[in-house]
Amino acid sequence: MSNILEINHLTMKFGGLIAIDDVSFSVKKNSITSLIGPNGAGKTTVFNCITGFYKPTVGEILLNSKKQFNLERMNDFTIPQKAKVARTFQNIRLFPQMTVLENLIVAQHNKLMKASMYTLKGLVNAKSFLNAENEAKELAKYWLDKIKLTDRADIEAGNLPYGQQRKVEICRSMCTDPILLCLDEPAAGLNATESLELNSLLEFIKNEHKISILLIEHDMSVVMGISDKVVVLDYGKKIAEGMPSEVKGNPEVIKAYLGEE
Amino acid sequence: MSSKKNFSLIIKDLIFTGLIATVLLIPIVGFRTEISTVDSTGLTFNYNFIIAFFVVAFVVGVRFLFHIYWFSKIQKKPQENSEKNKKKFLKKLNFYLGAAAAVIAFTLPFMPFANRYIVDVATLVLTYVMLGWGLNIVVGLAGLLDLGYVAFFAVGAYSYALLATTFDLSFWICLPLAGILAAFTGILLGFPVLRLRGDYLAIVTLGFGEIIRLILLNWYEFTGGPDGISRIPRPSFFGFPFARKSEDTTFHELFGLEYSTMHRIIFLYYLILILALITNFFTMKIRNLPVGRAWEALREDETACRAIGINPTNTKLTAFAIGAMFGGFAGSFFATRQGFVSPESFTFIESAIILAIVVLGGMGSQIGVVIASILLIGSTELFRELEQFRMLAFGLAMIIIMIVKPRGLLANREPSILLNKKNE
Repeated sequence: MSNILEINHLTMKFGGLIAIDDVSFSVKKNSITSLIGPNGAGKTTVFNCITGFYKPTVGEILLNSKKQFNLERMNDFTIPQKAKVARTFQNIRLFPQMTVLENLIVAQHNKLMKASMYTLKGLVNAKSFLNAENEAKELAKYWLDKIKLTDRADIEAGNLPYGQQRKVEICRSMCTDPILLCLDEPAAGLNATESLELNSLLEFIKNEHKISILLIEHDMSVVMGISDKVVVLDYGKKIAEGMPSEVKGNPEVIKAYLGEE
Repeated sequence: MSSKKNFSLIIKDLIFTGLIATVLLIPIVGFRTEISTVDSTGLTFNYNFIIAFFVVAFVVGVRFLFHIYWFSKIQKKPQENSEKNKKKFLKKLNFYLGAAAAVIAFTLPFMPFANRYIVDVATLVLTYVMLGWGLNIVVGLAGLLDLGYVAFFAVGAYSYALLATTFDLSFWICLPLAGILAAFTGILLGFPVLRLRGDYLAIVTLGFGEIIRLILLNWYEFTGGPDGISRIPRPSFFGFPFARKSEDTTFHELFGLEYSTMHRIIFLYYLILILALITNFFTMKIRNLPVGRAWEALREDETACRAIGINPTNTKLTAFAIGAMFGGFAGSFFATRQGFVSPESFTFIESAIILAIVVLGGMGSQIGVVIASILLIGSTELFRELEQFRMLAFGLAMIIIMIVKPRGLLANREPSILLNKKNE
């Protein structure tokens, strides 16, 4: 099976409002797929359905890893834990009063809870727990080195500049050891240089860690630069799907973004 | 900074110093009562403002010299990293305050000025310190605003009272049982409030506290209703009772001491001190463990917690259970100390005071809780002579602290884990 994520006939209704209307698409293993569309097209709703924050009205969301998961039936916190899908948020959701390092360590909570035997081993400073904690620290350091923030690891995450907070949030989701990474507008509010750095970070995650990425983005330099596939939504419906170059010329897409003559 | 501006600042400071010195020194030095030479019945009141004036002038002069030789050097130091320095300073302050508090706490009963009253007040303050530390887990770490914490205190107290009077169990068996029962109550409260946040959570916990109090008040057959439970057994020194005479060996016979009622008072004092310190060390340890970090993450952002796979249900329940457990320990200590429990001791105002201690001390700050307890509980004892204005003084103290230190007295969060140790 070469698709890591398959979304079939996904529909989400809020009362009378149909936010997503029968959307189907798939994400190939080890690829970057972008989800684009005008504001209010339902992109974030698709994300919330995938990560369990919303329960879809109709449809199935299949995740194929070693075994198959039906994400639409799982809880929001079991999805990152068991199905290994991680996400970030449109407006950054770090733990602002905790340090950058703590943010990355908290993301490894489930692993560390097991290592500490649900706190018992931790209370007696068991060696196996201390080793696990050091490993967690090493993993955090690895990602901090990657985004060049190692020297700021011990300051509060809320005190970092906006662009760096975005990167820390991506690293935090990477620390949960995912196989699919869902990023909600990671380039929002970044300047041109930071966008380029983000591109290379995402390429690195895809190529070196063999992780598939699903991306919501408005910044076309990011979308066109790194996507293997683009899915376009408008008013909750899928209007186009394909290679970035194909989508760029699609008349439906141009109509959705620029309007008709 | 220009020298002119500097100079005007010095002048301002000197005038201020002079004013303070005058206010302080006129009553101390300026007024004097002497034995009257005119009539043998009393004292006369003398003024001696000239001496007071000279002392004030001396103080201002010394302050001026300080400005020239001492402060100027301090001001020349680079002021960069002031945030970091402040944190370092707070860290040091926390450490020294903690050490000093521990030394004072351990030696207090043997100080020359210690009498029964002082040890009693100190025991009361320590009970609140322990409750504050227990609530700090729920409010300070996990960020769950709990307005009904006294319910767990009540459950602990009644558990001990009922177990000890009905089954004749000793204090050391009842203590853990009371803790477990209170923790169980904590979980019971936890379930219905799992989906609530902030204000809504506060309202439900407030209701829960009242429910427990009303049950205690109305379940006459079980709890004795408003009569309460009396003749709760007093704690013994690991089996040796504190009594003048007993069938067993008594405490003073064991150590060959003269019998004194102070023995039990001092024993109770050390008991609560040790219970409180256990609470403290447990909290400080668990903060650095995954579960403690998850509590703090939950306080910061629950949605983000879900997104990284933390189970909010379990995390909240453990916070409630562990916080409640320490409340239960404190409750059973309260019952054994008083020898009598009734629902009147567990009203909403107690919850409010415990919460005030945590908030005024600085959410999550352990030493802040100690200072706030001393200020709030100690000062209400201190102002006992003000009678009906006592609560006014209490309220005033809270308002002043909140104006001067809006984030609490010692709000300084220590990172639970560090990457770059050298920088610190």
